[in-house]
Amino acid sequence: MKRVYLFVPLVIFIVLAVLLGRGLMLDPNKMPSALIDQSVPEFNLPSLASEERMLTRADVVGEVSLINVWGTWCPSCMQEHPYLMKLASQIPIIGVNYKDVRADANNWLVKLGNPYVVSVFDEMGTLGIDLGVFGAPETYVIDQQGMVRYKHVGVVNERVWLERLKPVVDQLRGEG
Amino acid sequence: MRQLCLRVLLLVGLVVSGSSLAAIDTYEFADEQTRERFHQLNGELRCPKCQNQSLGDSNSPIATDLRREVYRLLKEGKSDREIKDFLVARYGEYILYRPELSSHTLMLWLAPVFLLLIGLVVVLVLVKRRRSTVQSATLDVNEQKNLKALLDASETSNEVESNKRD
Repeated sequence: MKRVYLFVPLVIFIVLAVLLGRGLMLDPNKMPSALIDQSVPEFNLPSLASEERMLTRADVVGEVSLINVWGTWCPSCMQEHPYLMKLASQIPIIGVNYKDVRADANNWLVKLGNPYVVSVFDEMGTLGIDLGVFGAPETYVIDQQGMVRYKHVGVVNERVWLERLKPVVDQLRGEG
Repeated sequence: MRQLCLRVLLLVGLVVSGSSLAAIDTYEFADEQTRERFHQLNGELRCPKCQNQSLGDSNSPIATDLRREVYRLLKEGKSDREIKDFLVARYGEYILYRPELSSHTLMLWLAPVFLLLIGLVVVLVLVKRRRSTVQSATLDVNEQKNLKALLDASETSNEVESNKRD
């Protein structure tokens, strides 16, 4: 009977090792979005192209689309941009130009191409805060009713699109 | 020449320290109590980008924005509760360094109590065990008798020894 107690430290060790090992495998950048299955927040912000044209939530919702948060200050956005150009033919992409300089952003779109059906200019990052953005790039899948269905933090490339975003998009299109 | 170098260095130091001071945002508060609340909230809220830093600690752009947001909400007269709810609605429970007691944080809150209990049990068991070993060190009647006999024997032999010496 006493011998059994000798295994107690081993058991404790194994339990701890499993728990801590799992902790190591987790991606600390992967935060559950609080906005999943919530409505895209209301906003009233100018478009990137023109200061006079104001955009609201109603201008961006209506079909299954992506909301892409980006800025010229963000190197990963540069890396992501060519793939967004390709993706633009498959799904409408709404751009949220986040905490940027208007002229720089417009230059970028002229030089590298514009994958966005519409671009919101979020200079102060207020829409960003309502969306729960904490860096760029971030990409949201929204459905026909304007509900956020998926959030991806980081660069969208072919693998991310095929493995993570497209399945959600296909399912939403099937439902609608 | 050396003095010139020193002056240039001093000047550079002044300019650099000046610009780093400028990076710290300044807020004006109506009263000391609000300032206190602002700092406390900043300490308790976690920066979503630079994990393991609080909003107050972090210099990242998002932390600056969120501090501004906390300030704005404080100015609107929102309570601490409302401000936390506002941020949790956007960034999730993650943003709270002191999470609410709910079904999925229950383990987090109860684990220390549970571990303390385990510790107490271990201490109690050890103390009890030690006490029982001490008790077994007292002698029963037979052993007492033997001991007395031995002591008496050694006493008499001691007496014999001392007599011999005389």
